[in-house]
This record gives sequence, C-alpha cells and structure tokens, in this order.
Amino acid sequence: MAGDGLNHVSMTLTEQLPILQVLVPFVAAPLIVFIGSRSLAWPIAFASSIASFAIAVLLLGQVIDGDVISYHIGGWAPPLGIEYRVDATNAFVLLLISGISSVVLPFARASLSAELPPRKHTLFYALFMLCLTGLLGVVITGDAFNVFVFLEISSLSTYVLIAQGASRDKRALSSAYNYLIMGTIGATFFVIGIGFLYMTTGTLNMADLAVRLEGQGDNRTVQAAFAFIVVGIGLKAAIYPLHFWLPNAYTFAPSVVTAFLAATATKMAIYVLLRFMFTVFQPAFLDDGITLEVIILPFAIMAMFAASLSAVFQRDLKRMLAYSSVAQIGYMLLGITFFSETGLMATIVHLFNHGITKAALFMGVGCYVMQVGGGFYSQLSGAGKTMPWTSAAVVVAALSLVGIPGTAGFISKWLLIEAALDRGWWIVALLVVASSLLAVIYVWRLIEALYLSQPAEGKTPQEVPMGMLLPLWIMAGACLYFGFDTDITLSASRSAAQGLLSGSVAVH
Amino acid sequence: MDPMTTEFILGHVNYWLFVILMMTGLYIVIAKGNLVKKIVGLNIFQVSVFMLYISVGKISGGTAPIFPLDMQIDPAVIYSNPLPHVLILTAIVVGIATTSLGLALIVRIREEFDTIEEDRIEEIEHDMALAEIAYHDAQSGRQA
Repeated sequence: MAGDGLNHVSMTLTEQLPILQVLVPFVAAPLIVFIGSRSLAWPIAFASSIASFAIAVLLLGQVIDGDVISYHIGGWAPPLGIEYRVDATNAFVLLLISGISSVVLPFARASLSAELPPRKHTLFYALFMLCLTGLLGVVITGDAFNVFVFLEISSLSTYVLIAQGASRDKRALSSAYNYLIMGTIGATFFVIGIGFLYMTTGTLNMADLAVRLEGQGDNRTVQAAFAFIVVGIGLKAAIYPLHFWLPNAYTFAPSVVTAFLAATATKMAIYVLLRFMFTVFQPAFLDDGITLEVIILPFAIMAMFAASLSAVFQRDLKRMLAYSSVAQIGYMLLGITFFSETGLMATIVHLFNHGITKAALFMGVGCYVMQVGGGFYSQLSGAGKTMPWTSAAVVVAALSLVGIPGTAGFISKWLLIEAALDRGWWIVALLVVASSLLAVIYVWRLIEALYLSQPAEGKTPQEVPMGMLLPLWIMAGACLYFGFDTDITLSASRSAAQGLLSGSVAVH
Repeated sequence: MDPMTTEFILGHVNYWLFVILMMTGLYIVIAKGNLVKKIVGLNIFQVSVFMLYISVGKISGGTAPIFPLDMQIDPAVIYSNPLPHVLILTAIVVGIATTSLGLALIVRIREEFDTIEEDRIEEIEHDMALAEIAYHDAQSGRQA
C-alpha cells in the first residue's frame, strides 16, 4: 500500500517541507530534555524556531497564488492516510505562529531569568517547542482527528507553561487548573463532533469529509457535529462568553508565555473554526444565515463591548490586555459573520495584525515586570521617562490595538467596516467604531500612566537590556510596517478568503 | 423507525449510555467544588466519548478485525471497524496525560493554598486581588 499514487519516493527537501514544518520543533523538544544542558537549551530552541519560520516562508511562497500542497504522511494516500494540506490560509497562519515564536524566544532569554528560577529553564524551552509543534500541527494538518491530537499537544504544554508563573504568583496554578478543565471540555466536545462526522461519513480526511457532507445539511447528526465543534473550538478560542479561563491565565503566566500564547493560541483556534466552517462543512451549509447572524454575530458584538468595557476598568496592564484580547476575538468572529470575501479577509488580516500587536504589548509588559516588578498602572507611572524605548514601543503597539491610521490595526478595522457596509449593516459598522472608542479609553489610561504621571520618588528603573528591546521593537516595527505595506497581508488573505469561500476541494 | 418505540430505545442503548455518562461527568465537573472530584468528573465525561466511538465501530455479527495468519481472507466473514478503537487509543493517552497533569497541579495548589476546595481558593484569590487594588490605589494616590 505504501507508496501508492506516488511514482517514486522522492526525497528532495522541498517536497518534504510540510512534514519538516512540524518535525523540526517536535524533535527539538526531546533533544533539549536529553541533552539537559541549560546553556544549549535556548540555542536549540531558537535554531529550530528559525528553521520553522524559514519553512513557513517557503511554503507561503508556493501557495500564495492559490495553489494547494498535499503531503501524504508515510506515502499513504488520503483519505486512508493522514494528509498535510497547505493552502494560502494555513500557510499564512503558519508564518504568523513560527514568526512570533522566533521573535519571542530571544526575548525569553532575558525575561525568563527575571521570572523563573534557572533550574526550570531547560524544561521550559522543551515545553515551548512542544507547544509550537502542537500549534503548527493543528494548522497544517488536513485530517480532522489529527487536529485533536495536535490541539492536545499544544494545550497540555500550555497548561504547564502557564503554571510556571507560580514562581511569581501562586494564582498561576489555579488559573492553569481552570484552563485545563475548560480546555479539556472544549477538546472533548470537539472529539464528539468529529465522532458524529465519522459516524455519518466514515472518513476523517477534511477534503473527503467536505465531499461526503455535501447535501447533508438537514442531517441532525451533522448539525449536532457542527454545534459540538463550534462550541469546543469556541472554548479554545475564548469566544465570548466562553472566555472565563483567559484573563487569569494570561495575567499570571510568565510574560514570555503570555506574549507567545496571546499572539498564537487563540489565532490557531480561530483558524480551526474557519477551516471547519468553510472547508469541511462548506459555505453552503452556513448559507441559511441562522448560525452566523443569529448565534455568532450577537456574541461577537457582545465580546467587542463587554470585554472592552472590562478592560477599561482594570488597574493592571497585563489583565487589561487580556480582556482586550477577548474583545479582539470578537472582531475576528464579526468578520466571519459577514459571509463575504472582504469579511473573511478582515478576519484573516486581523488574526495576523492582532497577533503581532499583542506580542509587542505583552513583551512590553515583560519589560515592565523585569524593571519595576509588575504591570499595575501605579508601578508604570512615569515609565515613559525612565524607560523611554520600551514605552515608545508599547505606545506604537497600543495605537495599533486601537486602529489608528498608519498602524496594522487600522487595516483590519478598515476592512471590517468596509465588509459591514458592503452587507448594508451600517449599524454594525457604527458599533465597530464605537467599540474602538472604548479601546481609545483603555489605551489612554496606559498612556496617562506612562507619560503624564511622575515616577515614584527614589525609584529609577533603567531601560531593559538590548536582548529584550530588540524583539519588542521588531514587533512594534511590524505593527507600523504592516500599516503601510499591505501587499503581503492583503494578497495572502485575499487568496485565503477566496479559497475558503469557494469551498474549494482540489483533487488529491 | 418511529421514535420512542421499544425497539428504538433498545436499539440505541449505546447512545443512551453515552448521554447519561456524558451528562453525569459534565455535571460533576461543573457542580463539585473539590478539585479532585472535578478531575474524576472530567474522566467520566471523556470515557463516555470513548464509549461512543467504540460502540459505533461494532457491526452486527462482526468479529474481531484480525486477519488469519495465512492471510486467506474469507470474504463472507464480517469484521468490525477497528479504526474507532485506534482513534480512542490515542484519546485515552491524551486523557491520561490530562488527568496526571491535573492531579499534579492539584498537588501544587494544595502546597500553595493549603486547600483543594474551589470556594476557599476563590476566597483567597479574592482577598489577594482586593489587597493588590488597595495597595496600588494608595500608591497612585500618593503620587497624585
């Protein structure tokens, strides 16, 4: 059986890129543990992360025009074998995840020494690599059950990474526990959904599922499967009101972990949602409008307002950003509900832009934690003068969070409003603007603390080391760069949106 | 098949068991305040899904999906579907990892909070949050 459908087993490296994307960090994790050397752990992690990033760039280059790469694991042809399937949508998300990881790791080196006892560093990097493996695997795979396996690899390592915050605050343990309970319920719901799909179709390959689910829209089992999958992934993506694990988990995790997770984990979940809604269930299944307009739209808008409002009243920058993340997930969902090319483009672009924005902001928090011991506004007062470079980067990213013209955040908000007006939903467009005003308020509170209050007497926090400042500025720079040069983000998201909406299932 | 006939109810007995176990598990996770009991509930919840998968792999009259050693396969023999079993093998491993990690976290929580009751932990966290807010408000008050 092995090798069927392949004329010869080609071993050129280019053809093996999809599996290497996942394999490189996956091998790095046990390697770090077995070598067991603290001085080698970081270089191995960083090298494999850079390698993943390079692979993601190559893959995106191959598929940005709408091509699809199908990789058969072990030469077993789908639908029997597991298939890795790369198209514009997931290549873009792969790029985001591996890119964020490559920028966050150099930051981790300095930041961890302030937040974690040295004896834990080696295992920390191993877990970080496992988490990266899981995230990349979920995104690249074309097999529904494989999604679950990688989802749990990333989730289990995430729970441990969050619990590492216990060296600073014991509440990290209870938030990790709560996330474990919620995350496992979500994953199990997801498996129930997959089970129902398997009962109906007898296949687990996404492309094959799509073909066999055609015209099954009235089948109760399929409808139940859809509901279980959306709720299960909704828990992982922290869709309002399934977000209760998120604020505590992000607040008490080590800063590096928060920066990495906020930029990647929820984005990965949104990607899975898109993939299942549009590729597996097909746009025709969603076309009744009820799922999107009656169920998802209200929750998206509630997230935008309720979570933003919670963010306004926080005293801790890290917790404020966590609530703002929940609100931003609302924007991504809103893009889906428009059910149009521009709407999906907005979702995918926002997924990317918000990823880089939040990575910059949470890295900024990591700098403050290192120098002034925390992210409370009272501790940040006057930091604009004592830590000018850090604070400037934080402000740039914060402006991108609001969506000020010239920043990445503006592009995605603009697309969202354009998509809303295309649909004639001008009230929704107004609501997007109104919720952005809430973002102005919470960002203003931050700027007020940084620049308009005096530093506490007797305290002169210094600027953070270059190893932290550089990654922070790379991300802040990216927030500006993608605000002006939108070629990459818009063309990738346009092919992605077109691919999703056409429900294209290319032949193997 | 008409719903709610005896035949319908008996014919779907695996689904009824699945629903009852699933709801029992989910109820324990939500309703119990003891962290260990929550993990037990989570296990029951997961096991219900394992049962759902395995039971749908069964084919009436089907035998264990093992080919004879000489590979002389008799086309008349019906085999049960082995794939769901394999999938659930993976899911069981994931379930064990989740359980052990959850229990390990509970040990650490017990060390730090001196309790494994959710109510008590929430009380402690609430007090910590209030103390933090009071402290930082006083700090910013001094600066103003």
